[in-house]
Amino acid sequence: MIKNIPLSALIGLIFTGAYFFVAIAAPLIAPYGMAEVVGDVWEPASSKHLLGTDNIGRDLLTRMIYGGRTTIFIAAAATLLSFLTGTSLGLLAAVLGGWADQALSRTVDLIMSIPSLILALVILAIVPVTVPILILVMGLLDATRPYRLSRSVAVDINVMDYVEAAKLRGEGRAWIIFREILPNALSPLVAEFGLRFIFMVLFISTLSFLGLGVQPPLADWGGIVKENKDGIVYGIGAALYPAVAIATLAISVNLVADWVLNRTTSLKGGRG
Amino acid sequence: MSDTLLKVRDLKIGATVYPPGEKPHDIEIVHGVSFDLAPGKVLGLIGESGAGKSTIGLASMAYGRGGVEITGGEVWVNGRDIMKSSLGDVRNLRGGEVTYVSQSAAASFNPAKKIMDQVVEAAVEHKKFSRKEAEARARELFAKLGLPDPDNIGNRYPHQVSGGQLQRCMTALALCPEPDLVVFDEPTTALDVTTQIDVLMAIKEAIADTGVAALYITHDLAVVAQVSDDIMVLRMGDTVEYGNTDQIINNPQEEYTQALVSVRSIEHEEKQPTSEPVLSVDGITARYKGLNFDVLHNVNVELHPGQTLAVVGESGSGKSTLARVITGLLPPRDGEITFAGRKLSSDLAGRSREDLRELQMIYQMADVAMNPRQTVGTIIGRPLEFYFNMRGAEKHKRVVELLDEIELGEKFIDRYPAELSGGQKQRVCIARSLAAKPKMIICDEVTSALDPLVADGILKLLLDLQKIEDVAYLFITHDLATVRAISDSIAVMYQGRVVRYGPKSQVLSPPFDDYTDLLLSSVPEMHLGWLEEVVAHRKMESAGN
Repeated sequence: MIKNIPLSALIGLIFTGAYFFVAIAAPLIAPYGMAEVVGDVWEPASSKHLLGTDNIGRDLLTRMIYGGRTTIFIAAAATLLSFLTGTSLGLLAAVLGGWADQALSRTVDLIMSIPSLILALVILAIVPVTVPILILVMGLLDATRPYRLSRSVAVDINVMDYVEAAKLRGEGRAWIIFREILPNALSPLVAEFGLRFIFMVLFISTLSFLGLGVQPPLADWGGIVKENKDGIVYGIGAALYPAVAIATLAISVNLVADWVLNRTTSLKGGRG
Repeated sequence: MSDTLLKVRDLKIGATVYPPGEKPHDIEIVHGVSFDLAPGKVLGLIGESGAGKSTIGLASMAYGRGGVEITGGEVWVNGRDIMKSSLGDVRNLRGGEVTYVSQSAAASFNPAKKIMDQVVEAAVEHKKFSRKEAEARARELFAKLGLPDPDNIGNRYPHQVSGGQLQRCMTALALCPEPDLVVFDEPTTALDVTTQIDVLMAIKEAIADTGVAALYITHDLAVVAQVSDDIMVLRMGDTVEYGNTDQIINNPQEEYTQALVSVRSIEHEEKQPTSEPVLSVDGITARYKGLNFDVLHNVNVELHPGQTLAVVGESGSGKSTLARVITGLLPPRDGEITFAGRKLSSDLAGRSREDLRELQMIYQMADVAMNPRQTVGTIIGRPLEFYFNMRGAEKHKRVVELLDEIELGEKFIDRYPAELSGGQKQRVCIARSLAAKPKMIICDEVTSALDPLVADGILKLLLDLQKIEDVAYLFITHDLATVRAISDSIAVMYQGRVVRYGPKSQVLSPPFDDYTDLLLSSVPEMHLGWLEEVVAHRKMESAGN
């Protein structure tokens, strides 16, 4: 199968792989310590500091590597949490139908009607901001979208004859959800997973930029923009590196998601 | 060139296929077919699905469906080789000289436009008639095709007329520009038998009156025998036999044609009812949620062990609803069901696992009745695992046994439903229900989506299995030929009521009630002149009344 990977997916895989590798191996790769002050304020790029230094003289490359680690970890964990809760509730609502479906769906509508950024800001303003709390808040607020998607896909599958056959056989709810419906609902969910992961990266970066996300001295991409934004006035581009990182990560993850989607929609191997 | 209107020589049609897991490649789906059609004559193209009959029909308009390409041969219409014609010439030909009637009129009409606008469009567009003349001609055709209120029916929208009427409107649409040739692609297949007969007669008379030539494509030999002068039997893109209708029906030369003519030759002797029925349905009245009328009214039927009860009726007669009530998917408003001596809970949730195991169901559409992400082994193995707690080698052995019983064999165990043909899929569904060792199986139109020869195989298999496993069938169908072939007793349903019920010999012998008479006489019979006889018989009856 590997030789059938199209070029776009290959590029996506290489970049995504590189980002995740750097994130995991950050302490081994980074040239300096994360919070170590090693030079002057906003030094230009040199052989000592490949990307220059930041607003208090820390090595920017090191900050970017550690920042990527934090951002990718939080985004991935929050996406997983949001898909686990959203999809299981969505499938459950589709299978149960009736009042349970109404209650769940209207609650989700209610949550969706409030802009999630504002809701997150309010919640984070009253609880202590730690990494687990951030993941929890982001994951649960975003679970509304996988819920909607999985429910709408599952409602269609739920009326197929093979699901009816399983019900007539006397199968339990778990079998129907996980063995009959989920495998057939997976394709759109996989595509959505890639997309939501990127939205999570943007979400955590936004929160950090506003000061309610990852707290210093821990580095993350949104935080780096916040710390270095004043430099733009003096022609210092330090705040732009995280933007480039986010953009390339977003594109490469989606290239991979597209490819996975292509492969899973056709049975027994895709057409590439 | 006055003696041949359409001349097809060595027509070859290819297509690109995308088999899963392989590189896409080109295959040939029609291998050199030749025929002639004289003005005013009707040629019937007949064959199973995949025989290439629709593809050939469309090729006579120089058209290939998506992915299909005409790779060789000549198609002459009115003395011109249309394969070599320019696009503009072909455009003049389509809808002007050659027109097309498709299988599903409901899907072919634009729901947003009135019928008249669509019927006259081609004639006006091709400048054959002015709008006014075309409308006058359309009204004339509506009257000729026996549509009610021919002067005003054109002002209706497609959803405001019935399916049979819409199919006739489509015929009017095809005849309106005074074409030389009409391609009918299964025009009556989607209709009930009682409606089919009217449409068929209307088409036949319209062809005779307008003197148009026609290609009549269908899978039903009995139907094509009524309308065509010549018949061409196709199989897998090859001509099997080509001759005049009389010869094909009464003296078929090829083995395959003989099989088609003699299809439904299953002999089944009626069994006598035993003392204790396996299923008895008592006074069932049911309606769907949100409806304010009953779909079933006081239905009473009985089914004896090891026998077959056929439930017959047109679409909308409530026969599938009856199956939903028996399976517990739709709790009835009134009445009760006794199964194997126990009273069944009206609701699915209230039934024991034993109840569920002994009452299995086979669906009409085998491809949506199986999870496309499970292999045949999983599909058949699950009931074994679920009801009998079989695991590992024991389960595998039983699955292979079942696969042998349905004449497929062990090599199918790892296949996905997408890798099976229609008949094979239905066989796997049969194996799945047999795996539960049921006392009774509900068969809901199990052969309707299949080609006649394949359907025949399924029916034979079901009868054989009935002898081996002693299982009772509740057989829901609209096809009376099937009913004759397999049933021991019959219930005829009409508008939610059982209008006739009893042993097969009794139900199928006179005196008939009106509806059963209509239903029985509407089933196309495989002899020439049947259509005229039936219509004449009906006219006489109505004159007598």
